[in-house]
Amino acid sequence: MPEAGEHAHPTVGTYLRVAAILVILTVLEVGVFYVPAFHVVLVPTLLALSAVKFALVVLFYMHLRMDSRFFSFLFGGPFLLAVVVLVALLFLFFGHFTLRGAAGGGGAGG
Amino acid sequence: MTHAAAAHHTSMGLDSRKMAFWAFIGSECLLFGSLISTYLIYKGKSVVGPYPHDILNIPFTSVSTFDLLMSSLMMVLALAAVQRGDLKWAKIWLFATAFLGILFLGGQVYEFTSFVREGLTLQTNLFGCTFFVLTGTHGAHVTVGVLWLLTLWVRALQGKLGPAQALTVEISGLYWHFVDVVWIVIFTLVYLIQ
Repeated sequence: MPEAGEHAHPTVGTYLRVAAILVILTVLEVGVFYVPAFHVVLVPTLLALSAVKFALVVLFYMHLRMDSRFFSFLFGGPFLLAVVVLVALLFLFFGHFTLRGAAGGGGAGG
Repeated sequence: MTHAAAAHHTSMGLDSRKMAFWAFIGSECLLFGSLISTYLIYKGKSVVGPYPHDILNIPFTSVSTFDLLMSSLMMVLALAAVQRGDLKWAKIWLFATAFLGILFLGGQVYEFTSFVREGLTLQTNLFGCTFFVLTGTHGAHVTVGVLWLLTLWVRALQGKLGPAQALTVEISGLYWHFVDVVWIVIFTLVYLIQ
């Protein structure tokens, strides 16, 4: 029985459709990796495909789409924090600027 | 809903076990975030080989990724079966999920041993160190998930897994799907973006 703030879980048909989309996206990911024409946009394309797969599993298989928004907050808060820390560290180690604002080759952590 | 389960409700009307488990998954995001950050920061900084492009086997790992995605499908089908009281299919889907998890672990053991044979160990270079720690931590999580699923499967075999225990299966499913989404990220960032 659904709890307060929750709705019924998806049907088996929805689960199967999501699985089909996940398989197609994985095939696309591997395909993009092997096609030289896509290498110019390889990183953004792979990141976008990966993000869609991530969202599909979290929203439909982990039921965040229909569960209480508080669960989304419990998951989304730390997840966003992890992403922000990751991006900040990458900028510190690989960004072409330092914390003092001057142009620098190796970044602050360099 | 059993009386025992009803006793776990919080003042928000949400089940406290599910709430606690989502908080745990949130903390796991930070753990894997730190491991992935470390891998990316040290990427390309190894002074000796083997390097990622020398050693990573994309076709093999693509099959492992497909295997884990399918195990997630089996898991939601198991949950749906438990929720409708279909014990026969609950047993089948739970075992299928655990079996696909074991297959994934077998693939990881094969991959690790072949890397060691090719000269990549935890001490070889920064790539080896960060790669084994990241994927090894993920593999440890998969192992815990497989043991958890097999425990549920045994309970199903004993006839003790009815609709009243659906939340228990749902929480184990949350863990299993989280392990899957972590692999989605690892597969892209470690294997495909070299």
